[in-house]
Amino acid sequence: MPVVEIKGLRKRFGQNEVLKGIDLSVEPGEVIAIIGKSGSGKSTLLRCVNGLEQFDEGTLAVDGKPLLHDDRAAMRALRQRVGMIFQSFNLFPHLTVGRNVMLAPELVKKIGQPAGAQRASMLLTRVGLGEKFDAWPDQLSGGQQQRVAIARALAMEPAVLLCDEITSALDPELVGEVLRVVESLAAEGMTLMMVTHEMNFARKVSDRLVFMHAGRIHEIGPPDELFAHPKTPELAQFISALNH
Amino acid sequence: MTLDFGAILSQWPLLATGVANTLLLTALSAVVGGALGAACAWARAQGPLWLRYVAGTYVELIRNTPFIVQLFFIFFGLPMLGVKLSPEMASVLAMVVNLGAYATEIIRAGILATPRGQIEAAESLALNRFQIFTRVVLPPALRKVWPALTSQIVIVMLGSAVCGQISTEELSYAANLIQSRNFRAFEAYLVATAIYLALAIGVRRALNWIGPRFIFGRP
Amino acid sequence: MVDFTLWDILRNLLLAARWTITLSIVAFVGGGLVGLALLFARLRGHAVGDRLIAAYVQVFQGTPLLMQLFLAYFGLALLGMPTTPWIAAALALTLYTSAYLTEIWRGCVASIPKGQWEAADSLAMSFSEKLRHVVLPQALKISVPPTVGFLVQVVKGTALASVIGFIELTKAATMITNATFRPFTVYGMVALLYFCLCFPISWWSHRLERKLHAGR
Ligand SMILES: Nc1ncnc2c1ncn2[C@@H]1O[C@H](COP(=O)(O)OP(=O)(O)OP(=O)(O)O)[C@@H](O)[C@H]1O
Ligand SMILES: [Mg+2]
Repeated sequence: MPVVEIKGLRKRFGQNEVLKGIDLSVEPGEVIAIIGKSGSGKSTLLRCVNGLEQFDEGTLAVDGKPLLHDDRAAMRALRQRVGMIFQSFNLFPHLTVGRNVMLAPELVKKIGQPAGAQRASMLLTRVGLGEKFDAWPDQLSGGQQQRVAIARALAMEPAVLLCDEITSALDPELVGEVLRVVESLAAEGMTLMMVTHEMNFARKVSDRLVFMHAGRIHEIGPPDELFAHPKTPELAQFISALNH
Repeated sequence: MTLDFGAILSQWPLLATGVANTLLLTALSAVVGGALGAACAWARAQGPLWLRYVAGTYVELIRNTPFIVQLFFIFFGLPMLGVKLSPEMASVLAMVVNLGAYATEIIRAGILATPRGQIEAAESLALNRFQIFTRVVLPPALRKVWPALTSQIVIVMLGSAVCGQISTEELSYAANLIQSRNFRAFEAYLVATAIYLALAIGVRRALNWIGPRFIFGRP
Repeated sequence: MVDFTLWDILRNLLLAARWTITLSIVAFVGGGLVGLALLFARLRGHAVGDRLIAAYVQVFQGTPLLMQLFLAYFGLALLGMPTTPWIAAALALTLYTSAYLTEIWRGCVASIPKGQWEAADSLAMSFSEKLRHVVLPQALKISVPPTVGFLVQVVKGTALASVIGFIELTKAATMITNATFRPFTVYGMVALLYFCLCFPISWWSHRLERKLHAGR
């Protein structure tokens, strides 16, 4: 059974139709990289998957359970299965790093103090920040903050992790440390949907590459094949623009 | 419980006079109080040290006492010093002094945000200090703080309802007069309140229109 | 005519100042509670409720407090409720305070970046969990200086209750003036008393504000 199954998904902002019928299913352990021009609807697609945006038509299911916006309990259950990492980290500035990671499991999954703290500490170690448990977010570099955000999302034990340009706000020398964490997650079998401008990374890590254009999935397939033999002029142009 | 607004609205000439006087008080105090505020803002930002303290004390004294007490002090207290004022004059004076203090702080914030380079450029053009302040520093400062200044003028206008208490014939005084004639107090004050609300919205709009055209030039 | 010494005047004014302080506290606490309820109602995000509360705020911010006091005074009588200056003043000032505080606080909540809500959303938190654990703690911190600053407006606002006959500092001043014929001294003293009440609060609010900005 696919982890995420999207069928005929359409999304409008007022008159502007941003997603014009998206079909995509993501198998467990699969890594999907989404590329495309600015405004092609990449972020909107990701945000639909965890209900940050309401779509207008089509269906979307996670773990076989349909996304129903008006059903609060169902939304809460779904969001526990879908983690999201944002471009701007969005750590909670009033909580320490450890508390950032522990908060949601404590509230939503009712995980008690000692167990929660232990898990948080383990996850922080996994992203290379074991000693930062008691630090405050504004004491960390951007790369460190983003790694905390990854640990925070993992603490909910999601079935799929959505990453929207998670290295775009970082200084170039900090990009690597974050990508390495994502790569290790992929290697461990985490299902990932990531929007990225790091083409080499996308090529190396992803199982399938999605090229979005004007609100549609314009091309989809193994990354090497897409890069080597683009079938449409739009993708060819997109790739050639990258090389300049 | 029945409400009778006819009895109030039939007294519209009284209300109209009240509105006119309220607007007149507001206009006078906005102009003079605004100028006072600009002068004190200069004193606080760039004046000699002793003047900074004088202006600072004035601002804090006014901002930390109620308008009604300022008004009563001027109207009832000052005659003891031989300064006898009509209710209208006392009202205008109180409103000017009150607005001046708030305007000082508002305009000063705008002045402090003026880049140093603009002042140096003006100095290099051999403008004197007064010219620099009124021509170079003040206009952009006013543009920046115009919304805050507008709000403050509206606040002072609403505060002027108290001036009826020393029998200045503004809008609240008219309402009071009407209710003393027909004993429809609630209706009279409700109508006056609605008019104040309309005035507040209208004055805000008018100032938003006037500012860029006449005060600080088009943005 | 009784002969009042300066000390007599001051003593009577100080006694009356207790009522200024009491009314201020009642209005501030009452207004804070009503303002908080309005804030939550508004954060729920129903269009109609939002409009209604926005109109409520506009009415109280766009009309004279003096008129609000009169309307409370005569309105209560019209509804057949017991009207005393004390009840009318407490009611009007509470509503007035609630309108300002709810607007101040809404501004604070609105200044919390959208990403904070979305991060909490993506972690499956419920509306009340998001508010309680993510948004309000951050909004609370920035709301303290303007809230304290508004307390000064409330204290000054209580002076208008004198007009509907509530005996606090300003009303006492008028009564003492009528007995002593020394308006300059009496109103001067009253102004100083208000200053002694308000200035420390203003100063405190400024300090909190500066500390908040330095902390960033
Ligand atoms: N909240 C919104 N309201 C209205 N229009 C929106 C909103 N969010 C996105 N859009 C529009 O939807 C379209 C797709 O936006 P989206 O953010 O999904 O693009 P993207 O592919 O992620 O682009 P980028 O690479 O710049 O992040 C754009 O035209 C954008 O203007
Ligand atoms: Mg995007």
